[in-house]
Amino acid sequence: MPLRYIDEFRDPALARAVVARIEAAWDGPPVRVMEVCGTHTMAIARGGIRSLVSSRVALISGPGCPVCVTPDGYIDAAIALGRRDGVVLATFGDMVKVPGTASSLEKERGNGADVRIVYSPLDAVAIAVAEPGRDVVFLGVGFETTAPAIAGAILAARERGVANFSVLASVRTIPEAMAILASDPEIRIEGFLCPAHVSAIIGADAYRPLAETFRIPCVVAGFEPLDILLGLAMILAQKKTGRAAVENEYARVVTTSGNRKARDVIGRVFEKCDAAWRGIGVLPGSGLAIRAEYGAFDAAVKHDIAIPASGADTACRCGDVLKGKIAPDGCPLFGTACTPDAPVGPCMVSTEGTCAAHYKYGVQR
Amino acid sequence: MTDTILLSHGEGGKRTRDLVRTLFARRFDNPVLAPLFDSGLLGHLDGEIAFTTDSYVVTPPIFPGGNIGKLAVCGTMNDLSVCGARPVALSCSFILEEGFSVAQLETILDSMKDAATEGNIFIACGDTKVVEKGKGDGIFITTSGVGVVRDGWRPAPGAIRPGDRVVLTGTMGDHQAAVMIARNRLSISSPIVSDVAPLSAMLLGVLRKFKAQVRFMRDPTRGGVGVTLNEIAEASGARFVLDEGRLPVSQGVRGVCEILGFDPLYLANEGKAILIVDGSAGDGVVGHLRENPYGVNAAIIGEVAEGKSGVFMKTTVGGLRAVDYPVGDQLPRIC
Amino acid sequence: MCLGIPVKVMQVDGQSAVVDVGGARREISLLLLDDVRAGEWVILHAGFAIQKMDEEEAEKTLALLRELPGAIEIH
Repeated sequence: MPLRYIDEFRDPALARAVVARIEAAWDGPPVRVMEVCGTHTMAIARGGIRSLVSSRVALISGPGCPVCVTPDGYIDAAIALGRRDGVVLATFGDMVKVPGTASSLEKERGNGADVRIVYSPLDAVAIAVAEPGRDVVFLGVGFETTAPAIAGAILAARERGVANFSVLASVRTIPEAMAILASDPEIRIEGFLCPAHVSAIIGADAYRPLAETFRIPCVVAGFEPLDILLGLAMILAQKKTGRAAVENEYARVVTTSGNRKARDVIGRVFEKCDAAWRGIGVLPGSGLAIRAEYGAFDAAVKHDIAIPASGADTACRCGDVLKGKIAPDGCPLFGTACTPDAPVGPCMVSTEGTCAAHYKYGVQR
Repeated sequence: MTDTILLSHGEGGKRTRDLVRTLFARRFDNPVLAPLFDSGLLGHLDGEIAFTTDSYVVTPPIFPGGNIGKLAVCGTMNDLSVCGARPVALSCSFILEEGFSVAQLETILDSMKDAATEGNIFIACGDTKVVEKGKGDGIFITTSGVGVVRDGWRPAPGAIRPGDRVVLTGTMGDHQAAVMIARNRLSISSPIVSDVAPLSAMLLGVLRKFKAQVRFMRDPTRGGVGVTLNEIAEASGARFVLDEGRLPVSQGVRGVCEILGFDPLYLANEGKAILIVDGSAGDGVVGHLRENPYGVNAAIIGEVAEGKSGVFMKTTVGGLRAVDYPVGDQLPRIC
Repeated sequence: MCLGIPVKVMQVDGQSAVVDVGGARREISLLLLDDVRAGEWVILHAGFAIQKMDEEEAEKTLALLRELPGAIEIH
């Protein structure tokens, strides 16, 4: 029995038709298309999509994995908090194995730290309510898709007077990073596959400055294989006619103006700030920080913990992978010193990391 | 009997005797166990002996579709069956935490008795220990099993060759999905139940009919079909190519997996088996399995191809991707 | 991380709703969306409904796919 609005977008016959359209649409060298969402990275890998389109499209993964672009100082700060008495670290699952400078949340849990995986930031608030003697810190890592949920949890905690809940925030916004990458001549992006659910929040129009300034087609696409294939076909169709516009494949969810209410919720709790992106550097206005009036729910303020500057350079080339300058196997550590079992950088360990996707699903062996 | 397990139940004195006699011996009663010697004497067995062991630490101990006891008995019987052995007898060792509910223990023991009866085996010996509260999570069970290999079938990974078919006896992921939901940390409710089941009759029936064409069997427990096929690929050097469109998964399990981002390929099963069979026998084996209540959703899910060893999958949209060992996706304590 | 799936709203209770996908049900928050009714579809992400799923638009996209040369669906 099919799952509605999921399985229709995985239909094999329709996929064949779109692939045929992609092949017919272009006969130049493969068009360099960057996707900037970890969920797209994984969906492309799990669907085996590269193998279907490689003669027409060179798919590049960008910095779409929020865990991967979080500097390792953040993990160190989380670990330091987790070592304090009475602290419960509540986190999304994909943070648990990410290495900091010296340890990881998984290792800390083995040493007695109370690290709990939650599906929603609201679950972390529920833990705080259920265990009033403990101090719950939620590791709020994400992009615009998750920012409203994190903000919503803070609002819920405030409304219910839950004092033992706070968020260690590491929220970044995508369009600024896309602009930096688009302007880098070494990367040579010819098309953007724009994220599905970030766009549900910010709206398809958010990419118009990008398309107009850099003359790059920007197509918002869903996460199902057919969405991705159709999105790629739309990019190629634009390339063929020399257009550079924003188009929306995922119209069943994404509107031109996005979700105003969600953005209002973000705006109540967060304000724009500069943010460090691992491997890229500090991008002005690309982050979201908890406003001072919600300082009681800001773990950095409440627990007086600073996020240390990024650690020492290693031979790990996550930065270049994140920018799409090299493919995972261009990093000297890929598959040898750096594997999912013993990761050096976050790209390999995050569930949406480019290196992890390539290692797990790539048909190179 | 008291309502809860006390430390004195493990001290070897009268309380221990009461526990063993009222809860275990009476329930599992059979001529081998009855004298309660230090060893169960099995007599002469007519064939090569197969021997296996497993420990069970699943939490919660009781979940939709079964419990840790049924899991222990079925799991050990299935390990014998996939090696071509008819299960004969089990040992059962229990480590109980002080304070564990006797009513829950009785539910678990009843299930073990039922599973043993269905599988036509007996409990030959056992042991019980009690640890202080806080030192053992409710109940742990270790079962060892003895079986007899008849008719000369042996697992032969080296015989796996291109053209062979990969058969799965039913839907993937039901057990692990049911346990994840029972843990209730995810606030998801679902009608999914564990698939825990004794497969000996079904699998030994297949071997009787298709003995020459079955190369290898294994039950895909921890790590699911994905891990198990990788293990078989390593052992045999074979290259498996699965067909994503033919993987049997129930809608309920898919729903839970979609919400949580899990892949049913890597979720544990406790009532399923993978069979690698000769290409000519694929449809026949599936037809035979489907006549058994535990095999109604049996299907050919892939085949053995020429080329470098490993596990791959043709995706629903026609792409090709690797199916590697998972890292970090595993939930602890599901078996 | 941006994993979000289409789920059907079964019942609404103030700012919460119970949603269903394939028989799995969960209570989720409607803080981020106005005017959600039972029977509608929303995208679920991290315990919140983040946007509605427009069934008409979904059908339009599918129709577009079905009109591509060579598209014969197998059901």
